[in-house]
Amino acid sequence: MEPTKKSPKILVFSTDKISDPGIDQAGLRKLHYSPSVYVISMPCSSGIKPRWIMHAFEQGFDGVFIAADGHECSYSATCPDRTNTIINEAQRLMEEKKISPKRIRMAALCSVCAEPFVGHMNNFSKILADIGPDAG
Amino acid sequence: MGNQEKKKRIGVYICHCGGNISDYVDVEQLRDMMDKEENVAISKNVMFACADSNQKEMVKDIRENNLDGIVVASCSPKLHLHTFRNVAQRAGLNPYNYVQVNVREQCSWAHSDHPDQASVKAAGLIRAGIQRVSYSEALEPVKIKAIKSVVIVGAGVAGMRSAIELARMGNEVFLMEKESRAGGHVAGWNSLYPTGTSGEELTRKMLEQIRRIPSIKLFTSSHVTNVTGSLGNFTVEVNVGSHGEEVLKLPAGAILVTTGFSPNIPDEGQFSYGLSESVITLPEFKKRIETASGKLNIGGKEIHSIAFIYCVGMRQSGGPNKYCSRTCCTSTMHASLELHKKFDDMKSIHLYRDIRTYGKQEVLYDQASKQGDLFLMYKEKEPPVVTVEGKKVKIEVTDHLTSKRKLEVKPDLLVLVTGMEARDDSKQMAQLLKIPVGNDRFFNEIHPKLRPVETVINGVMLGGSCQGPKNITESIQSSMSAAAKINALLCKDSLEMEPIVARITEEACTWCGKCAEVCDYDAIFQMETNGKVVAGVNGATCTGCGICTPVCPVDAIEVAQYTNLEIESMIDGFMAPVKLEEKLAEAGTESSAGEGLMKEYPGIWKEILKQIEAEPLTIPQIAQQLQQESQQITYHVMTMNKYHILEAAGMDDDHAYFLYTPKL
Repeated sequence: MEPTKKSPKILVFSTDKISDPGIDQAGLRKLHYSPSVYVISMPCSSGIKPRWIMHAFEQGFDGVFIAADGHECSYSATCPDRTNTIINEAQRLMEEKKISPKRIRMAALCSVCAEPFVGHMNNFSKILADIGPDAG
Repeated sequence: MGNQEKKKRIGVYICHCGGNISDYVDVEQLRDMMDKEENVAISKNVMFACADSNQKEMVKDIRENNLDGIVVASCSPKLHLHTFRNVAQRAGLNPYNYVQVNVREQCSWAHSDHPDQASVKAAGLIRAGIQRVSYSEALEPVKIKAIKSVVIVGAGVAGMRSAIELARMGNEVFLMEKESRAGGHVAGWNSLYPTGTSGEELTRKMLEQIRRIPSIKLFTSSHVTNVTGSLGNFTVEVNVGSHGEEVLKLPAGAILVTTGFSPNIPDEGQFSYGLSESVITLPEFKKRIETASGKLNIGGKEIHSIAFIYCVGMRQSGGPNKYCSRTCCTSTMHASLELHKKFDDMKSIHLYRDIRTYGKQEVLYDQASKQGDLFLMYKEKEPPVVTVEGKKVKIEVTDHLTSKRKLEVKPDLLVLVTGMEARDDSKQMAQLLKIPVGNDRFFNEIHPKLRPVETVINGVMLGGSCQGPKNITESIQSSMSAAAKINALLCKDSLEMEPIVARITEEACTWCGKCAEVCDYDAIFQMETNGKVVAGVNGATCTGCGICTPVCPVDAIEVAQYTNLEIESMIDGFMAPVKLEEKLAEAGTESSAGEGLMKEYPGIWKEILKQIEAEPLTIPQIAQQLQQESQQITYHVMTMNKYHILEAAGMDDDHAYFLYTPKL
């Protein structure tokens, strides 16, 4: 993707053991994505607090992407459901602030998912650019 | 919680990574920018942060400047997190007051197409690192005294082999087997590829070895009923005897799970299984070959032609077993070869989806092809249709290798090639040990490539086919790897565990129990403190996953290093405004990487330059004068040469070595 001054800023929550190595691999292979993507690595996506997601929006991030482990999560088989609950709660809080629910996305990414990660980032950047500024 | 004092004297090190970062990111401007950040005491550029010489400089800096936090902006923390934690420790700084910022894999390399924007991003990343370290806490590893004994659950080949190794390494081993005899599935198998040894012989020899080692106690007909404790000090309760006559409480520093697999059994009617004696599974067929002599009679008739249908119950795009069982193609080829060796006038027809006789096992496929076996390829969407009439079998199949011709096969016997499934009782074992189970119902390791035998439960390891389909070699490889991992843990006098675990703010906690409800590891319990009922955390069993944190309605639980302050301040750091001046030199040119950095060179480089100032010297001469190893000097001289800090100035008299002289 061709970054511009208006490239949407995306905060990615990755997971230390599974999705973060995949994101590293994208860099290692020099697969380019928007430089407006910033990553915070967590032990598990089920440990992300909705207040952090809200804080990111308050600070000016245009979108939040959760690079989850999905069913590969080494901590809990219930991880996808729990992460989903966190996203639902975040979307409820976003609605209160009139932030479009489309500004948060989740996908399962593994340690070799370099290309899918880049694909997700390019796609999400386009979606966020299309949304434009929120009414709120 | 949430009120830690901000660090006042932070050291920031921004690595060139020999150009991997500095070719795309303006590390000099970033150094100057970070120098002006609040609470930053020193900000430096370094050519290679991980180099020995720089590590020594960092130790010196931390001590001399009394730094209370350090940030290294370099490669992925997966590579050097522990390197710099150790640097901090050597300098007397708590290793958890160190933050590594990934400006290589997640910045300079990923955005090498836009160096200006990579520099802006790197500024945000480093500021986030400074913010994070500002609120970092000094943490102490949880220290545990380990018992040098191991409980191994499952005495198949994987369990037996690892028991022998663990005992040889000086551990006491309790080897548990649910069945009345050890050896698992392999004990019942005949000739094994490639040695030809029988499974019975292989397992018997292992068992003889086990009996000769007094530190291994084998318990057959034993069932694990309860597990308590944590790494270094588990208690495994076991019922021994077919009626649970004896109850044992075994102490264990670690637990190795080698419970193996269950063979897949087709549903009744699936490819006519169970409707005729002429339709059997591959394990049943192998048993028949082994026991028959002279002629092969099955179901009261003499067998001369056999059809194999592959991938039965496996690789189901719409069913539960989506995985490939990996071992069955090879096993079928082997069975077909054994069949032809033992009986005359045999014909094998293989109805397959794909042949996966990987590695050396491909030889078997070749041999089966050469002996005249027929191969017909079917697709999952168009499976063979089997009809039976008494002992007669008819198979209609569309062969995708011959322009989708519809063929009819009437073999004497149909063998369904079934694979491996997770054991029916694996759920029970998963609950006892809190091991995560995957969608395929096999046990989940932390990471299939990076940490393939460890589970998220410290001290509980996996070996063999309880993790997924494996052949004997692979099963033993993984169980031996687990044995080595376990021994590495237990051989120390005391174990140190990561202190990155959950903790409670007792003032805020009102004990609603939600955190305990979601914890898969029973690490959270109810307790009373100062007359108040609150949640408590068992640091030894907590995995630090953080699943408990978003469910707390009063935000009274958090995981160390992932506090609100740390995460939210990182977000602030990403978004802080960045103003960078345009670089004069062309980004990415080699010349720009080495210029104007003299005052930032590592100490060792300055020493090398001092030595070669007066007269050109060879690497061995420099090494001798500096009393350093030649290898070390070679490394530095080569890097300095790459960045035009020095250059070759001819050869020495013997024409054996280059002479080097300063270039700048």
